[in-house]
Amino acid sequence: MSGSQIKSLFASGHTACAGCGQSLAARLVIDAAGPNTIVANNTGCLEVFSTKYPESAWGIPWIHSLFENAAAVASGIEAALRFLEESSSKKRLRDITVIAQAGDGGTADIGLQALSGMWERGQNILSICYDNEAYENTGIQRSGLTPYDASTTTSPAGSRSFGNPRIKKPLPEIANAHGIIYVATATVGFPQDLQRKVKKAISLKGPKYLQIHVPCPLGWGYASSLTYQIARLAVQTGLYPLVEYENGVLKGVFKISPKPVEEYLKPQRRFKHIINNPEELSKIQEIANDNIKKYNLVTAAG
Amino acid sequence: MREFLEGSQAIAKVVSLCKPGVISAYPITPQTHIVEGLAQLIADGKLNSQFINVESEHSAASVVLGASACGVRVFTATSSQGLFLMAEVLFNIAGMRLPVVLTCANRAMSAPISIWNDHQDSISLRDSGLIQLYAENIQEAVDWHLLAYRLAESRNIMLPAMVCIDGYILTHGVEPVDMPEEGEIDRFLPEYQPPYKLDVDNPITLGCLADPEYYMETRFAIQETYKDILASMPQLFKEFGSIFGRSYNFVERYRLDDAEKAIVAMGSVCGTIKDVVDELRKKGKKVGLLKISVFRPFPYQEIYASLRSIPKVAVVDRALSLGSFAPLVSEIKALFFGKKKTPKIVSGFVAGLGGRDITKDSVKQIFRQLNQREVSGKFVDLKPELLQDKI
Repeated sequence: MSGSQIKSLFASGHTACAGCGQSLAARLVIDAAGPNTIVANNTGCLEVFSTKYPESAWGIPWIHSLFENAAAVASGIEAALRFLEESSSKKRLRDITVIAQAGDGGTADIGLQALSGMWERGQNILSICYDNEAYENTGIQRSGLTPYDASTTTSPAGSRSFGNPRIKKPLPEIANAHGIIYVATATVGFPQDLQRKVKKAISLKGPKYLQIHVPCPLGWGYASSLTYQIARLAVQTGLYPLVEYENGVLKGVFKISPKPVEEYLKPQRRFKHIINNPEELSKIQEIANDNIKKYNLVTAAG
Repeated sequence: MREFLEGSQAIAKVVSLCKPGVISAYPITPQTHIVEGLAQLIADGKLNSQFINVESEHSAASVVLGASACGVRVFTATSSQGLFLMAEVLFNIAGMRLPVVLTCANRAMSAPISIWNDHQDSISLRDSGLIQLYAENIQEAVDWHLLAYRLAESRNIMLPAMVCIDGYILTHGVEPVDMPEEGEIDRFLPEYQPPYKLDVDNPITLGCLADPEYYMETRFAIQETYKDILASMPQLFKEFGSIFGRSYNFVERYRLDDAEKAIVAMGSVCGTIKDVVDELRKKGKKVGLLKISVFRPFPYQEIYASLRSIPKVAVVDRALSLGSFAPLVSEIKALFFGKKKTPKIVSGFVAGLGGRDITKDSVKQIFRQLNQREVSGKFVDLKPELLQDKI
């Protein structure tokens, strides 16, 4: 390999699909967090494709227990580090970054109770949601973060269905309602913004929540070469606003010159059934318009 | 030092002397006094430990899992529904070979909801990989915690251990207890030295995915470890006896040597059975008790050696395997299969479910029933009039 190759804390050679947004985001996160980090990971794609025995992609201490408990496992890790530092003369163990990470199902659905408990306790942990908007690991079933009208295997489009009948559960708002110190959304489509937010989050003491949009070529049904573009289009249409809160106060938004939602929806099989349905398209455009208004996403010049 | 203590307070005290670095629990009756005691010791500056209040038993078990993976000694406690909510995590802890120690204040399983004692909760986790130790009285409850930590953290074991104490009877009962001194405990239970841990200076991956090429060997390894536990425990009991002056074993043989009838049981009911045995012995009846203290690993050899020469054996189960034989009697019957020397009768009795008292009369009734032909799953002290009720 060329001398310009950068050594990552998330090694290549894992078994993720080509074009997997989550694997890209996981690498960006851990390289931004650095080697002084311990990760607790819920069950899901990331855990399966990165730690199939006897191999592991992780260059940092990493633990997987169950589908719903990474936030609680991380709580135990953070408590243990506090205890070890207080009861010994060891180096500043509490400066170690503790990350609890999961997919959208592991965060918004089965893992929400443990996550809420961890936020409420005020523990110094960064929770990360890799949001690929369905249970991709088990075969593309609907989650609480599946978007409106997306066809999944448990919310399929059909003659009497436009796919998922609900909008995404508002996890950033739910996180903010816990009074935690930092809440942000990011996307694999804007890697520098993502890494800046990881660094910002771990510079603050207390619970933090970062939700990262990670397109899934297999589950969403698009060509695996398009992950980066799809991720950017989600932001640029206003469907996935990038926002940043400190102590519940909106501190920053990623400004856009809005594109019509069709540009984002069209390459994806999960929206194929509504792409020629003006009524459903207008409902999705309405979701984007609401975001644009709510977060004031449009640039002054735009 | 001899003290007059409530069971839960005695357990809180001995656990605090074991110096766990992280404690996490969720309230459930009748366990709660134990962790309340620990929380107060921390609040009063008498114990340096992180107490993590969680939103469920699932998270309590997960918190101690995470802390144990960092190489810290941990503790949790629960009962009944709480143990079942932990069950997924406890299987996981065993598979990950982490030496978590917990107390189960035994309580019946819902429905109907019952806060009273039987063994259905812990017995139902018999296949989880947990070491299971059952206490007859508060002194044993205290001592089994020391043995639980020592066993769990042994390099050649590295498995979770659960001390089972009868809810209310032992958690809320008050007895004189010889509380071990800190120095003695430190000699028996040195600081935990983890063979592996989450450490930024030496990063490891814990909790991998194992495909069919690898999974089965991990289960085999635990099964083999249980043989090692059986082999290493006698030495541990000896060491415990030399430091604390109390001797324990896998089982206790109470007046069994020339017994013609014996009851096999676990937990606090053994105290009542001993009283009945003494009374009947005074009348010249050759009866005895085999108390099983260590349920996992199941001490086949000790049980076989204790019972093979006794003509009539009654096994008292305080739990069911609905639709089959009760758990303890089926395991005991199984160990006699193919053996030349066996009891003539091994009868199974179910007693004391959901807090129904097992009185001296209940025990006498069981001894009497051994004069009849073998029974399996015979319920003791049922109220026939209630069976007519339409619910």
